[in-house]
Amino acid sequence: MEKKVLFTYIDDPAQVKVETYVGHGGYTAWQKALKQMKPADVIDEVKKSGLRGRGGAGFPAGLKWSFVPKDSPKPRYLICNADESEPGTCKDRVLMEHDPHGVIEGMAIASYAIGSHLCFIYIRGEFGGPIRCMEQAVKEAYAKGYLGKNVFGTGYDLDMIVHTGGGAYICGEETALLNSLEGERGMSRIRPPFPAIEGLYACPTVVNNVETLASVPHIINNGAEWYTSMGTEKSAGTKIFSLSGHVNKPGNYELELGTPLSYLINDLGGGIKDGLKLKAVIPGGSSTPFLLPDQLDTKLDYESIAAAGSMLGSGGVIVLHEKTCIVWVIERLIHFYRHESCGKCTPCREGTGWLEQLISRIERGEGKPGDLEKIESICDNILGRTVCPLGDAAVMPIQSALKLFRDEWQYHIDNKRCLVKSEFAFA
Amino acid sequence: MILNETSVAEIKEKMVRYPRRKSAILPALTVAYHQVGHLNDDIYDEIASIIDIPAVEIAEAATFYTMFPKHPVGKYLIQVCHNISCALLGADSLVHYLEEKLGIKKGETTPDNVFTLITVECLGSCASAPMMQINDQYYEFLTREKVDAILDELRKQA
Repeated sequence: MEKKVLFTYIDDPAQVKVETYVGHGGYTAWQKALKQMKPADVIDEVKKSGLRGRGGAGFPAGLKWSFVPKDSPKPRYLICNADESEPGTCKDRVLMEHDPHGVIEGMAIASYAIGSHLCFIYIRGEFGGPIRCMEQAVKEAYAKGYLGKNVFGTGYDLDMIVHTGGGAYICGEETALLNSLEGERGMSRIRPPFPAIEGLYACPTVVNNVETLASVPHIINNGAEWYTSMGTEKSAGTKIFSLSGHVNKPGNYELELGTPLSYLINDLGGGIKDGLKLKAVIPGGSSTPFLLPDQLDTKLDYESIAAAGSMLGSGGVIVLHEKTCIVWVIERLIHFYRHESCGKCTPCREGTGWLEQLISRIERGEGKPGDLEKIESICDNILGRTVCPLGDAAVMPIQSALKLFRDEWQYHIDNKRCLVKSEFAFA
Repeated sequence: MILNETSVAEIKEKMVRYPRRKSAILPALTVAYHQVGHLNDDIYDEIASIIDIPAVEIAEAATFYTMFPKHPVGKYLIQVCHNISCALLGADSLVHYLEEKLGIKKGETTPDNVFTLITVECLGSCASAPMMQINDQYYEFLTREKVDAILDELRKQA
């Protein structure tokens, strides 16, 4: 069900001001962590909370922090990944624009947990609004002494830099983000070494998503047990879902993990637009496989969506009604992935371009017999064969669409036109 | 010099915050883009001399990032998101409407150099589709009436 933790004060326009944030109990978790807890205690609490990465991968946050070597003589860095670009996902932006201090406090606590004295927030360059909000909030946090030298008189120093990107989806992938932050082209790196060992400037680094970090102050304030009392056993807490596409009430909704998809789409989203029937749902951002109307009971948690054949991903839920041509959808997506492939690995660089050519010609009504088999073969040669997950992300929706809507693809090739034409008017 | 004193000072101020000055490349490109509206080789040279890094490394990074136009554009750069969530709510017809209103095709600039129209990939505004970005500003939940009002207002300012 709907449960506001991160969104408690999201509708209060004054929440962006440090005074209001503090009035709502802000920066108490930062103070508690610094004054009453050892870094290991913070990591332990977040581990126990079961908080998992909200950027898409769902990796346990506390565990990620624990990989940073305790005895490394090198400086450590904490990076907040605010390069929100997965189509269908628009939640981090809301947190930065409406509760920027929550993000800063989470970053501060995570920095302390891993022993970092310099942290960064990497925000996509197009996000003018969130960038201005975060810059202003960081300035206020410095002025109040929540950042800078000798925070709360504990002797702990912490600096924070707002860094902005240049419009590249790939920079949301953590190793590409590191290269980008170092002033290089945003191309992904081969792992190992993992960033926790050799990340930014070859120093131990943790990269966490905005929503993940914004959850941390709540966990430190209320305890791991409180957090695990929400959600399911393996998917604890709440998550923001961005609902878009053919629904009556699109928007960002914070739900307890384990809430049924139907509740999000029908109860909160007001059902399908124009009274039409549902065709399919992309549940976790554009990289994730489709779910069908008979899967609306699927619970929105990592395990249940995986069992239904897709992924929770970033929580970008894209709804398609019955008058949507699946080939048209896939053409749109493969165009995006071809555009965003960084070019480092041959299967992704060449494969996405080849896929776009084949899929576009089917959409134009020029498909040929054997095209679907060729597409499948190219997908097989990309999946799992690239340095970073962009290749997989490009392929997964295509494979899913071919599996679930094979007849529609075949119709397109045989009849040289759409089974249902996607013609979406703009009001 | 293309970059003005304010931009140069801003780049220098950002540069010293980073443990390694090469990290200041993207921030510097952003400052230059905001001042000039596009990037080119001369700007790379100027940034190179400020940060003290070979110009080729500036160009290498700059050419990777699609947010910065590499040639002059109109005073207002209209960027329509045509990715899936916006497309489902009429992004293509929004582009056609803008083409008609401005009398140009996608990728072109109006003869008076006021508007350039392009399509871009997802801008993270999916739940407020259809949308467009003009320079640094997002315009969301677009309708014909809203687009008319926005263009009228900008024309007045131009």
